[in-house]
Order: sequence, then C-alpha cells, then structure tokens
Amino acid sequence: MNDFKKHIKQGLDKDIRLDGRKPMDYREVSLQNDTSKNAEGSATVKIGNTEVIVGVKFELGKPYPDKPDEGTIMVGAEFLPMANPEFEPGPPTIDAIEVARVTDRGIRESKAMDFKKLCISAGEKCWIISIDICTINDEGNLFDASALAAIAAIKNAKFPSLKEDGSPDYKKLSSKKLELKFTPVSVTVYKIGDKFIVDPTIEEQKVYDSRLTVATMEDGRLCAMQKGGEMPLTIEEIDKMVEIATEKGKMLRKFLG
Amino acid sequence: MTIKRPDKRKIDELRPIEAKAGVIKRADGSGWFKIGNTVAYAAVYGPKATHLRFLKSPDKGNLRCHYNMMPFSGAGDRVRPGGSRRSKEISKVMEDALSPVLNLDNFPNSIVEVYVELSQTDAGTRCAGICAASIALADAGIPMKDLVCAVAVGSIKGEVVIDLSKEEEDIGDAVDIPIAVIPSTGKITLLQMDGILKREDLKKALELGKAASSKIYEVQKKALKDKFKGGESK
Repeated sequence: MNDFKKHIKQGLDKDIRLDGRKPMDYREVSLQNDTSKNAEGSATVKIGNTEVIVGVKFELGKPYPDKPDEGTIMVGAEFLPMANPEFEPGPPTIDAIEVARVTDRGIRESKAMDFKKLCISAGEKCWIISIDICTINDEGNLFDASALAAIAAIKNAKFPSLKEDGSPDYKKLSSKKLELKFTPVSVTVYKIGDKFIVDPTIEEQKVYDSRLTVATMEDGRLCAMQKGGEMPLTIEEIDKMVEIATEKGKMLRKFLG
Repeated sequence: MTIKRPDKRKIDELRPIEAKAGVIKRADGSGWFKIGNTVAYAAVYGPKATHLRFLKSPDKGNLRCHYNMMPFSGAGDRVRPGGSRRSKEISKVMEDALSPVLNLDNFPNSIVEVYVELSQTDAGTRCAGICAASIALADAGIPMKDLVCAVAVGSIKGEVVIDLSKEEEDIGDAVDIPIAVIPSTGKITLLQMDGILKREDLKKALELGKAASSKIYEVQKKALKDKFKGGESK
C-alpha cells in the first residue's frame, strides 16, 4: 500500500478527510439552469471546485428498426483537457464513456421519459435527444456532478418548433417540455479500506478500493447501478452503500427544485 | 450614411463584454471571456515537457492551441465532438496570433498548451477565444510582452462595422474580418477575411478594430487585477 493511501486511511479511521470533511459530507453543491443559450436545455453543476456543463440538443432522425414508434436519447461525455492536466485531446477515454453510459442508464432505466412521445411518424421520423456532458474543472466526483447536471438540463429543455418543411427551427423553441415522470439522481459511494465516503476528491479517487454508483428515484426505488474498482463487496456492504446513496440522493434532488 | 444594425448598435460599438481570470482551478492559468452571446473558456497547462519530437524546439518553448466548440454550443444542429478541419485551422491561427507576445526563450524543449472551449456561440468565437487565452496565459505567469485583444470587424450592406453578431454575419454580402491586435504597438497578429471588400474599407475596418481593442484591453486587465487583488495568488 502506498504511503498516500495509508495517510488517507489513517484520517478516515478518525472520521476525517484530507480537506477536513467528514466521510458523509458533500462539498458545497450549486446548480444553475440555462447556462448555454443555444442549447434547447442546459445546466451547470458545481460540487466544490468541480464544474460540469450539460447541454441538450434535439435532432430529427429515423427510429431504430426494432422500436419504430420511439425516439431516443444519447448521452455523451467530453472529458475536456482544459478541466484536468491528465485529460488528453482526442476520442473519449474509457472513463468518459463510463460516466456517459452510467448517466444514460440512470435516465433511461428509470423509465422517466416516454420515448414514444419522441416519435413524430412511426418508422420514419423521431426526435433524437443528445445530452452532452462537458467538464470545465475536474476536482473529483464527475459521476454525480454529470448525472445531476444532465437531469437538470433535461428538465429545462424545450422542443424546437418545426418549420414548414418539417425541419427543426432552433431559433423558435416551443413551450413543450420533455416530460419526466421521475427524477433519477445518482450518488457514488466509495470504499477505502473498510470506510465509506461520498463526493471524493481527485486524491481519494486515486486510492479507492471500490465504488458503487446508485441512481434512485423519489419513491426510494433504485433504477441503475454500476460497481467499479478492483475490490469485491459483500452483500451487507452493498446494502449499506445503497442506503447512503438513497439518503444523499434526497439531498441532491432538492437542487432540482 | 449609417445603417441600422439588428441590435441597434452603432457601427463602432462592441457587444457587452465581461471577463474573468482563474475560473478553472486545476489549470496553471485560465480565462473566461464573454462578448454578446459568445462565451469562451481558456485553460493553460505548462510550460511542460513533451515527448512529441515535432513540437519541440531546442532554442525555445512552443505554444500549442486547441480550439473546440462544445457539442451544444451552436445555433443550429449539434456539433459533432472531435476535431474538424475548421477547428484545426482556427487552432493554428490562434497560435500565430498569441505567439508574438510570448517569450518562451527560457523554456527550451517544452510546450505551453492552451485549451479554448466555447460553451455558447454567436459569431466571433476565435476572437473571444484569443481574448480568453490571452488572460489565461497571463494568469499562468507565462512571460509576455503584452496581452492580445481580438475582435471581428467587417462590413454589412456595404458599411464598415465592428463585432458582427451571427445574425449580421448571415446577411447576404456580409464581410467577416477577425483580427487580433497587440495594444502597446498597434500591430496585427491575426488577420483573416471572408467576403468582398474595397481596399479603403479594409483600412477603415482595421482602424476601427484597433480603436476598439483598447476597450477590450481594459476589460482583460481588470479581470486579471480582480483576481490578484489584495495579493491573493489563487
């Protein structure tokens, strides 16, 4: 075990983290809506110094052959090299793909959005909604910041109106919003040694043993999960992590208004 | 003589400008520049070592810019992530626009990376990017002779104007001339032009841009001073 990890673990044994927080403390969270004017929906989330902007764009496309009466969503994450000296320009890395896919599942699997309402004409034309996550500053916990910003951006997104030729008029948004039956919120719980923490810093993210991202809905049901890290978890540990994620999810959901 | 601009600005009137320094804490230096509805972030990393031989010079450090529009930043369709020919070209002209004020003689074999990201666009993105990058380079403590101020000049309906919006750029015969100026010398470090223009109008447009650069300069300097007010470093 490296000395740095030992140092973090010794702190956790006394319930204290390198930046002075308790294991279950989030840094200050803030959410601002409509932070990019040309997007049909957008939001910026800050957790401590970590900052993520998410924009939603509507495009017309063809439904998938196996679901001819449904539109779809597409979540992408750009780990912009401006946000972290370790990020490089180029195609998305596996870490960015994981954040995008975990965020996607949190939204998709909650069935919060009725994809049938995104269909304009069956088998022919539907809305494809791109939800793009861009990092501005990464000081840890991109998972939770991305998911929260994504759901906020979806909540404030408005459909573009259609021109006479059927193409979208991005300059004139309609008053129609994307309906969400639930608001799924993701919380990632990290395990370092035998302790749990939430909202990790970069340093903590470098030494964790395992993590579990849990997306929960307001009724307490779970809608998506992802385990990461090299160490295995017991059923009891998973249950405890889900309990923490549910509790912290309630706190994060308040920012969505 | 004077034409009506869609947003009722005078021909030599810039859109509202705001700027900040130190907005990206992970970076060695950063800047944020907003002109009208165009918003640019810039982050500087370096000077640092590079293993890429073609980027190294044994006599001085090199500047490398990366220009990118966020996928949702454009007025029309989503911008596909990943570089385009356009973004590569803009990155190149940004390097040429900023290099003349940098002194990287003491950093041989190293590079300074500048990442420019547009979160919202309404024309003039490369100019906003250069303004943000210039703040970021100064914030990073890179030795500089001066800042660089950039703005688009051009003409609409045959009249010379400054700081064209997207709506103005889309007018049939609009001419777009992004320029960058070193305020202390008045010399021009970026010059591109799209459209048809008379020689005397070009001169007029460049004079207009040079005059406006002093206003941009003040906003950039204020952003830097605000960050370091009271001796606070970061």
